[in-house]
Amino acid sequence: MCIGFEGVARLIKFLHKYGAPKRFYATSGRFLPWFAAITVILFVSGLYLGLYWAPPDYQQGDAYRIMFVHVPNAWMSMMAYVALAAFAAAGYIWNIRLADMLAKATAPLGASFTLCALVTGSLWGKPMWGTWWVWDARLTSELVLFFLYVGYMALQASIEDPRRAAHASAIIAIVGVINVPIIHYSVYWWHTLHQPASITLTKQPTIYLTMLIPLIVMSFAFMFFYLTMLLVRVRNEILVREKDAEWVRNLVEKDA
Amino acid sequence: MKRQNKRLTFVMIGLVAVSVATWLILTAFRHNLVFFYSPTQVLEGKAPIHHVFRIGGLVEHGTIHKDGLHATFTVTDLRHSLVVHYTGILPDLFRAGQGVVVQGRFAGGDLFKADQVLAKHGANYMPPEVEAELKHSLAMKAKEKG
Repeated sequence: MCIGFEGVARLIKFLHKYGAPKRFYATSGRFLPWFAAITVILFVSGLYLGLYWAPPDYQQGDAYRIMFVHVPNAWMSMMAYVALAAFAAAGYIWNIRLADMLAKATAPLGASFTLCALVTGSLWGKPMWGTWWVWDARLTSELVLFFLYVGYMALQASIEDPRRAAHASAIIAIVGVINVPIIHYSVYWWHTLHQPASITLTKQPTIYLTMLIPLIVMSFAFMFFYLTMLLVRVRNEILVREKDAEWVRNLVEKDA
Repeated sequence: MKRQNKRLTFVMIGLVAVSVATWLILTAFRHNLVFFYSPTQVLEGKAPIHHVFRIGGLVEHGTIHKDGLHATFTVTDLRHSLVVHYTGILPDLFRAGQGVVVQGRFAGGDLFKADQVLAKHGANYMPPEVEAELKHSLAMKAKEKG
């Protein structure tokens, strides 16, 4: 137990050191072009594999290909929410300013993933299921996720002081995380129109290998897209918040 | 206690409390969260048979009869089945042996009058050749047994 606490204490010290906005700005600037390049490569190859290389489905023909954007968006909508809650909690508990900024930067990205998952699912649902929308547990809980993101962003925007805004909205982020396992398990707990997962950690995927590969590539593409955009947004947030600091002024003068 | 640990405890206890509350709410609303009932549940009287509700199951092979926009077919949960009458356009994925969710009213006996038919999609994805091969090898196996 003692070692555990000491480890956490050390980690927090490390975070305080490297999480200092100035230092983070410099370090992330070096990573950013690489993340952007990886994102582009993954997207191009993933789309090529998904739209040309993968075979049509035995039931759905070519219409199933929408899953190469739908599924990664849906996964990222949940992953981004877990990240949002973790950043918000770290910012709230240990007063790490960078964590507050990361949470704020994550919310609109997560909301976009959620909206894209809902829209692409709806476009696929009309021809395949026969309806744009049903109020089953999976679709409804994903819509609730969207509202959680929007609520977080609204609260964040309504309080001017950044620290107070972060702490108040952290409550929504942390409480809302309970929705993530509900979304995931909704297809098992209740009868839903939405099908259960094709890919699980414990069982053999029920999706053929030549269709699975593009899906995995696209998932990594979306993950790196999130990381790239997160860095861009959080660096911008750092500059805005530290606009009166000397290092920011020097930076601007140097660029001008 | 340090203020940080206090906040950590607050977050932890809060999360546990919210989880328990959510679990209680979901358990209480369990029956309202059901998207469809199986034919067995309907015949056992567990479905709200005086209102519009949905049934779900597999479309039984050889039971689909189409006459223009009018269609009749049997929905089964492999224990009991209901005969569905429907007028309208059937979705792309509607076919024998596949899952289906039908909304409408129970008309007594084993008859269900539908006003909406939704196809339920399975979690399996494969190319058509693989499916053909799979069917072939299954048939071979059945032959060997027989």
